[in-house]
Amino acid sequence: MRFTLNGKRARLDVHPMKRLLDVLREDCGFTGTKEGCGEGECGACTILIEGMPVNSCLVPAAHADGARVTTIEGLDGRHPLQRAFVDHGGAQCGICTPGMIMAAVALGRKPTLEQIRVGLAGNLCRCTGYSAIYRSIRRAR
Amino acid sequence: MLRDEPTLTPLAGCTDLYVALNFGTLKDTRFLDLWRLDRLRKIELRGGALSIGALATFTDLIRSTLVRKRLPMLAAAARDVGGVQIQNRGTIGGNVANASPAGDTLPVLAAADAVVVLQQAGGIRRVPFDGFYTGYRQTVRRPGELIVGIEIPPVRGRQFFRKVGTRAAQAISKIVMAGILGPATGSGRTARIALGSVAPTVVRVPRTEAALASGASIEAVQRTLMEEIAPIDDLRSTAEYRRRVAANLLARFVCGASRG
Amino acid sequence: MPSRSVGRSVVRKEGRGKVTGAARYIDDLTFPGLIHARTIRSTIPAGEIVDVAFGFDTSGFTLVDYRDIPGRNIVALIDDDQPCLAERLVRHVAEPILLLAHADREALLAADVRIRYREAVPTYDATTSPIAFKTIAIDKGRIDQGFREADVIVEGEYRTGHQEQLYIEPNGVIAVPEHGGVTVYGSMQCPYYVHRALKVLLDLPDDKVRVVQTETGGGFGGKEEYPSMIAGHAALVAIKAQRPVKLVYDRVEDMLATTKRHPAVIRHRTGVKRDGTLTAIDIDAVIDGGAYATLSAVVLSRGVIHATGPYRCDHIRIRGRATMTNTPPNGAFRGFGAPQTQFAAEVHMDRIAEALGIDPVRIREINALRPGDRTATGQRLGRDCSALAVLRETVKRTDFKRKWRAYARLKASRCLKASRYKEGGSRGIGLSLFFHGAGFTGGGEVKLASKASLALTDRGARILVASTEIGQGTRTMHAQIVADTLGVPYDCVDVNAADTGQVPDSGPTVASRTCMVVGRILQRCAEDMRERLGRLTPREYLKRHGPLVITREYERPTDMAWDDNSYRGDAYGTYGWACDVAEIEVDRETWEVKPIAFTTVHEIGKAIHPVLALGQIEGGSAQGLGYALLEEVVMRDGRMANAQLTNYIIPTTLDTPPIDVVILENPYKHGPFGAKGVGEMPIDGPAPAAINALRNAGFDLREIPATPERVMVSEKQEPRHALHA
Repeated sequence: MRFTLNGKRARLDVHPMKRLLDVLREDCGFTGTKEGCGEGECGACTILIEGMPVNSCLVPAAHADGARVTTIEGLDGRHPLQRAFVDHGGAQCGICTPGMIMAAVALGRKPTLEQIRVGLAGNLCRCTGYSAIYRSIRRAR
Repeated sequence: MLRDEPTLTPLAGCTDLYVALNFGTLKDTRFLDLWRLDRLRKIELRGGALSIGALATFTDLIRSTLVRKRLPMLAAAARDVGGVQIQNRGTIGGNVANASPAGDTLPVLAAADAVVVLQQAGGIRRVPFDGFYTGYRQTVRRPGELIVGIEIPPVRGRQFFRKVGTRAAQAISKIVMAGILGPATGSGRTARIALGSVAPTVVRVPRTEAALASGASIEAVQRTLMEEIAPIDDLRSTAEYRRRVAANLLARFVCGASRG
Repeated sequence: MPSRSVGRSVVRKEGRGKVTGAARYIDDLTFPGLIHARTIRSTIPAGEIVDVAFGFDTSGFTLVDYRDIPGRNIVALIDDDQPCLAERLVRHVAEPILLLAHADREALLAADVRIRYREAVPTYDATTSPIAFKTIAIDKGRIDQGFREADVIVEGEYRTGHQEQLYIEPNGVIAVPEHGGVTVYGSMQCPYYVHRALKVLLDLPDDKVRVVQTETGGGFGGKEEYPSMIAGHAALVAIKAQRPVKLVYDRVEDMLATTKRHPAVIRHRTGVKRDGTLTAIDIDAVIDGGAYATLSAVVLSRGVIHATGPYRCDHIRIRGRATMTNTPPNGAFRGFGAPQTQFAAEVHMDRIAEALGIDPVRIREINALRPGDRTATGQRLGRDCSALAVLRETVKRTDFKRKWRAYARLKASRCLKASRYKEGGSRGIGLSLFFHGAGFTGGGEVKLASKASLALTDRGARILVASTEIGQGTRTMHAQIVADTLGVPYDCVDVNAADTGQVPDSGPTVASRTCMVVGRILQRCAEDMRERLGRLTPREYLKRHGPLVITREYERPTDMAWDDNSYRGDAYGTYGWACDVAEIEVDRETWEVKPIAFTTVHEIGKAIHPVLALGQIEGGSAQGLGYALLEEVVMRDGRMANAQLTNYIIPTTLDTPPIDVVILENPYKHGPFGAKGVGEMPIDGPAPAAINALRNAGFDLREIPATPERVMVSEKQEPRHALHA
């Protein structure tokens, strides 16, 4: 398969049904994308394909062929959401954080609280009660 | 390809598929990938009917002005599916093919008298939604046939959709109901009502619909509905809860304000 | 002493790693030659293993059973009753029997092991189980006299279910054979618990076992004792195969096999005067320990000590029992027995108020513990007792009394028939007042004798503790305490990894003790270091005198005393105090309960890092609301039938209301900068507040979770509680 991963072209020889999550973690060495359940419930493995958030545990490698894929590593540590999640307590244990940030990136700039709540309904966090995540997103500059 | 190897499992958004794979219920299966067939993603009007390609995702349904205008209850159902990540991948064709009695869009399609369009090498056949499911996770789709689209004839009347899930979002339904309330006929009202998670397949409730048309009291119609459905106790809820909630939702639908 | 970082929300130490994906959790690590392991578990709840057969070619596999254990076949903890691998007897579904390992995960998953059993009759009812792991009796005053003084006696039985911790990162470890011993890396709360368990299991000396905590994706108690089990498994395979072994559970296995919160059945019988004064509290609490003792004895202990709630009463009798059932062992979970017993106490308190015809605030004002009062164990409370303060602040902030009356009136006047099919729901508001002891119970801290070390560095100091960062902010908060005590900037204090090869045993990261207890030991280290430095900078000191490492051990405050035999004395160094108000709406057609607003006031001594403290309170409150309304473990024939994230329901964004938090500070004299514990208390209050809100809306529930199915049935029940003495 060939695809654009975090802005760089990549070429891999993997089984077309291998989960994209495993391709990213094992074949590409990008372990920032996490697995929490393996059934599309927790959202910890959220990445962007063509800018749209998806659960990478439910995507076959073949579906990324030719696509633009972005993981947490693709934000280069410079995205305003990343700093805001540190400053405002959006990240506690951190295991849901990469997926949460990727889902938040897809919300675009200045989402309303309601847009945030609906947009993150597919991302489970057990530490924060979500409040600090909302604050982080709303205060990201 | 399906003609040569009819046991291939067609796949699209894979939101159900990988869950089944995890639990070993699809061992040694070979797959036919449909995801790239963009022509099956179209949502359009064709001969007066709303034609939805099997590969239209829930996000496509939510964003489609055609769907929102013609069949708002379908957009409402799509919004209640999983989270955004699932909506971006799950397809209406997959929801129909997966044949879960809890499928969120299925009662909408049943109430709307949708038609499932099946294609194989020999040509196309259309199956009314009411006759599509034959039992728990069983359909009339033949090996070698592919669901390519759903057609929904014009719907007149007030639409209603309500999913009662295990939580406020990202939930599997305990009971899901869709309905269309037509104009009054004589003393009664024509209505088409379908429910999910109350029987082995999504069901229409013809006796309840007839009771409504005959002008029976709402209490009598509710009693008919409670007798007509056959819910069970399972991991997610109880038969009694499902019966009583079904009756309450029916009353809200018939007597109260609409949703969806 | 100038306070530069304490009280400010400085940048957390590991924050950047977590938001960039650079932080390495156990499943992100690999080692050369690594193989994968899999656990073969029992499929029956009780019986004997008759025969094990392998339905695959075993060449290339490493197979491990109990005969491969060089030391004792136990998971060493308190009672030493739990085998690491079952030998003949099986006591619960998912009990580990065999371990398989292979380099190829597909081959490993495909391996087919068949085990035949001779089944025995299982026990599932904790209240009738003949086997008790622990019984505890607390007596204060004379219960008979208390009931004689009562005008009214109120009785009730309350039930709470299992709760799964549901950290988003499942349990996992990697074991690496090295230097004639083993090193285990893993997701865990308590490296030294694992260290000790491995020494006993493997019959190895201290220096041949090394345990290193990796970045940990949540614990909530679920990684307190269980990692000792999974580490033992991986270590056994690693030693036999002489290769690194990864053993990481998937979600289903984690839910089926690991510990959960103890279900409880708690009966109250309370004597009260017409004016609302409590005269007698009689409580019987049974918690379901599951198949092995694990931590049940100490969970029960904390449970019964908190069982009265934060109320004064001269005559108290409490009987507690932790019993055996043939279900997977229950264990540590945030709150540790107190959420169960305080749920019962607080729901019961509203029913007492109802029986007397007074409001829920008044009954609590009359009976709340004040400074100088004595608790059930006879502990005299100091000036840092804040029960009334948190109650009054919460009531004022939420306009509780007005709303409570308004909703109650609405309930009374509601004509259900007329309003049934209208939009909207029935509203209710409920309150809970609660407390939580910080640190180990009774003499626990003395027995632990925790140590902490501080090493002088060029820039400042390096913290050496076994306390783990599991999301709550351990590293950051410890560094703040040390920085301010030592008088150096926060950035000049580093924190060593929790690696038993490098850090002393600071005890487990549990029991809301990491700040108050370990933080205080570190503060003493820093005080000594500051004295040693005198006017020298760290760099100058190192140049002149060489390396400096200061180690200090826990010292019990001289004003504390506890007798474990009579269960009398100072159960905890101090308590945090809190009050919750939940406002809910019940859908009249579906009985779904939606929390609309949630307010909590927490008195925690001192918030070392306000953002982190707030995070603990918000997160614990949300987890408590899940416990109250959504989270249900369905046990069928001793097996968790809904062991999937799809079917075990925790709150999403849309299930969680806005959480309004107020932090009050009433310093504890022996805590660092006055700090008490904060981690667990937030989960004690939400369940009773939500259930009391349901009562206000017209639904009489005595059991959680309050699923719509239970709410539906509760509507039928007539209130029935007051027996006149």
